[in-house]
Amino acid sequence: MAKQTESNAATGVATTGHEWDGIRELDNPMPSWWLYTFYATIAFALVWVVFYPALPFVRGLLGNTARGDLAAVMTTEQAKAAPMLARLRDATPEAISAEPELRTFALAGGRIAFANSCAGCHGAGGQGASGGFPSLADDDWIHGGSLEDIRTTIRHGVRNGEAAEARGTSMPAFLQAGLTMPQIGDLAEHVLSLSGAGPINAAGAALFADNCAACHGERGEGNRQVGAPRLNDRIWLYGGDKASVMRSIAYSRAGVMPAWEGRLDAATINMLTVYVHALGGGER
Amino acid sequence: MKRFTHALIEKNLILLGVLTLLTVAIGGLVQIVPLFLVETTIERVQGIRPYTPLELMGRNIYVREGCYLCHSQMVRPFRDESERYGHHSLAAESMYDHPFQWGSKRTGPDLARVGGRYSDDWHAAHLRSPRELVPASVMPPYAFLDRPLDAEAIRAHLRAQRGVGVPYSDEMVAEAANDLATQATPEADASGFSRRYPNARQAAFDADPKVVTEMDALIAYLQMLGTLVRFSDVTPDQLRQP
Repeated sequence: MAKQTESNAATGVATTGHEWDGIRELDNPMPSWWLYTFYATIAFALVWVVFYPALPFVRGLLGNTARGDLAAVMTTEQAKAAPMLARLRDATPEAISAEPELRTFALAGGRIAFANSCAGCHGAGGQGASGGFPSLADDDWIHGGSLEDIRTTIRHGVRNGEAAEARGTSMPAFLQAGLTMPQIGDLAEHVLSLSGAGPINAAGAALFADNCAACHGERGEGNRQVGAPRLNDRIWLYGGDKASVMRSIAYSRAGVMPAWEGRLDAATINMLTVYVHALGGGER
Repeated sequence: MKRFTHALIEKNLILLGVLTLLTVAIGGLVQIVPLFLVETTIERVQGIRPYTPLELMGRNIYVREGCYLCHSQMVRPFRDESERYGHHSLAAESMYDHPFQWGSKRTGPDLARVGGRYSDDWHAAHLRSPRELVPASVMPPYAFLDRPLDAEAIRAHLRAQRGVGVPYSDEMVAEAANDLATQATPEADASGFSRRYPNARQAAFDADPKVVTEMDALIAYLQMLGTLVRFSDVTPDQLRQP
């Protein structure tokens, strides 16, 4: 059992009364700065409970909530941006592009919106990615590269099944539609020859005229109305080797882009339009 | 002369235990008991439904692969988050999550509202090889998910969820295997499926409708995240918590 506490001879401070192998422990009080800080935190907690929501169903005198704070800060911030955003919303992309002040604002805002909503598929600089994610920085447009075309594509997306005005039609899977694999091989060779990337294939040319030219054009020049890509350049969405082209013909491809109208407001869509148009390939 | 001192509590194990329990109990009671007095803390918004069998299997894969370790599903009520991700998350949106996937770490982005932001093709390509599409990504590749989904126990999964309060009906449990196949097969007749699970999307999620893979299930789950509540129709009163 603990011994009675005793005064330590050297310091005059009482010991705890324990002894371990002849070693005794001084029983100094807590430092007063520590003690008063501790009391201050208790007092602070009581004040907090009165003013802030600390107990269930008790709002606190300040009536403060996280959701309320958010609403307040959004209202203030939106009010700050509102005049410029209203101008961006009401102006056409052409008008925004033509006016330096609006254009500067749109490019800055469009860059942020692009990074958040578009870069995942189209790349941070709009460079696209293989596997059906088109570059937005070149002049090879599938659905048109004018400001109005770009805006329409952003608003309604492509083959997404959610917007009635979505871009794009669906290409048949020609293996199911009656072509054989050797025929598809001929066809692929002809498609590659359109851009000079392969030998001429007469059988493929005949098949192309029957099956492909209606959408992709007689010389593979593409058709933006139906979203049929150009085939006579060397820009490929799904790879430009014969095997990839054969796979595209046999099983079809159908890139999908979400409709952003409803997800983004009209001002943001206008800013994105101007930004994408300025990435390098914008058309008049 | 026995004064009630700190030393007395420290030297008496039972007394220390009893007093500790009392102190902790007060904190617990103050926070928990009031919640028994209200009907619900869940917002009264429309559109929340239980997961379809395919989505539920996808969710199981999400949990199995530990996606929550790098991705949260909780848009917090801050300006930067609501501008990036959309409306802050509601309690109602995870009311059928057992366990919830709110997470506490964002190595990758929040996924609470990822549904519909990308195409199915993108998800498949990105899961197979994230850096093909996002060069700076540190996400591991999940190409192995292109294997058949083991959905033998799908009815048991639904029953287990029902056991913890998800309102799966007997019909939903009985039709679970059919519903799972139907959702992953675009040509299948979806009349019953759509009635049981409104607004569920039917697709060949990984572009191959022949085999239902783990990839299909995970993409089906990701593509519905955050899409059930239409925030344009929500009134402030519906968002009110008691």
